[in-house]
Amino acid sequence: MSAAVTFATMRRILAQLRHDHRTLALLIGVPTLLMILLRYVFDQPMLFDRVGPMLLGVFPFIVMFVVASVATLRERTSGTLERLMTMPLGKLDLLLGYALAFGLIALAQVGIVLVISLTWLGLDLNGSLGPLVLVSLLDALLGMSLGLFASAFARTEFQAVQFMPAFVLPQTLLCGLIIPRDDMASWLTAISDVLPLSYAVEGMQEISARPDFTGTLAVDVAVIAAFTIVALVLGAVTLRRRTA
Amino acid sequence: MMSSSPASGAEPAVSVRDLRVVRGGREVLHGLTFDVPRGSIVGLLGPSGCGKTTLIRALVGVQIVRSGTVTVLGAPAGSAGLRRRVGYATQSPAVYADLTVAENLRYFASVLRAPRSDVDRVIDEVGLGASRDQTAATLSGGQRGRTNLAVALLGSPELIVLDEPTVGLDPVLRQELWELFRELADRGATLVVSSHVMDEAGRTDRLLLMREGVVLADGTPDGLRSRTGTPDLETAFLHLITEKSGSPA
Repeated sequence: MSAAVTFATMRRILAQLRHDHRTLALLIGVPTLLMILLRYVFDQPMLFDRVGPMLLGVFPFIVMFVVASVATLRERTSGTLERLMTMPLGKLDLLLGYALAFGLIALAQVGIVLVISLTWLGLDLNGSLGPLVLVSLLDALLGMSLGLFASAFARTEFQAVQFMPAFVLPQTLLCGLIIPRDDMASWLTAISDVLPLSYAVEGMQEISARPDFTGTLAVDVAVIAAFTIVALVLGAVTLRRRTA
Repeated sequence: MMSSSPASGAEPAVSVRDLRVVRGGREVLHGLTFDVPRGSIVGLLGPSGCGKTTLIRALVGVQIVRSGTVTVLGAPAGSAGLRRRVGYATQSPAVYADLTVAENLRYFASVLRAPRSDVDRVIDEVGLGASRDQTAATLSGGQRGRTNLAVALLGSPELIVLDEPTVGLDPVLRQELWELFRELADRGATLVVSSHVMDEAGRTDRLLLMREGVVLADGTPDGLRSRTGTPDLETAFLHLITEKSGSPA
């Protein structure tokens, strides 16, 4: 582990994104566009106030999952990962470099969506802004670390892209966004209890309903952070210095 | 500066003993044994599919091996202490296509803790000064290959392992690269360079001719010519193959 190498990796990933204007525009623009659509599809400010914050937790998660899984797969298939593995780079240097770079991108993403939601779209938030940003950022990092981990099981970019619906859509259905989790069949609730996105959505519900940092919210934040760390560690395990 | 350590001249830069590698359920290296003396250029020659790349991967420690030992600069191949002392360039360029030449080199230089000045030095050495601010994706195949080579030269490694570095280059560039390899060896580095072009074999100090996962011959280019009684190495190679298949198995 070396802070210098971790930061160099972060700068390298940000430089790659800087050269790729289209990806950057999609990363920032797509969640904003979806939020605008959501506001006018529902066309009921009350409903938007309830669903908007939840989606603020889900969008960064999905986007970061896709971007991170394809980015690491590219690193594997282009040979740059193998090259780095012959160099004095710790596996965590690489993963934390990704986490920092994508964390910064997520911050920009969430910031812009929030500004537009709170002004133009008239989102009415009961809770405070700090926890909201914190939970969205954690959701983005969760998506990123799961994407890094999932990419280890993909041999091609075709497969990597398919992991998005496989990993993400079941969670989206079960997380309480569409039907409250308590209203689902008990076996579905049980499954949703072990899926990280459920806590992301619950956290956002807490934030939009209550102004103070509740105990439930604290648990949600801890669970999301724990999932993120476990996925990062598992991701590190899948990076091999020696391959067949 | 290059740490040439002439005092330990007796100890080879690379020492391979009975190396066996299995890939895809098939043994592709059948017990290789050879040494690479320090400060020399060793050519790894043989047709495509003979196991050159697998051997090179074993030298830099990214290949899972079945049995045998690979010792590099006195330590087991791939051990942590070697990661700054061995430079490695794969056959297909392992650089970031969406970064410029200079950005690629700056990143790898920071990972290697190589001095900043190394970036300009290696860009100069591979002759990429004019395209240093071009993204790798927009480079020609040959330029991308030279970027790939430049990464392997960062940090002045003691052992430089290059897989087919001259593929697709015009004769002038090839000539220049071989002059660079000689210069690096003169400064004390050891080079292992693979190729499937026989006319490059004459530029090496030592040749390792491979075919189907075994070493057919190991010696100096002159030694091989005189041993087989042929004027050029291409014929010498053919001679060795028929000699091998002619002998009772």
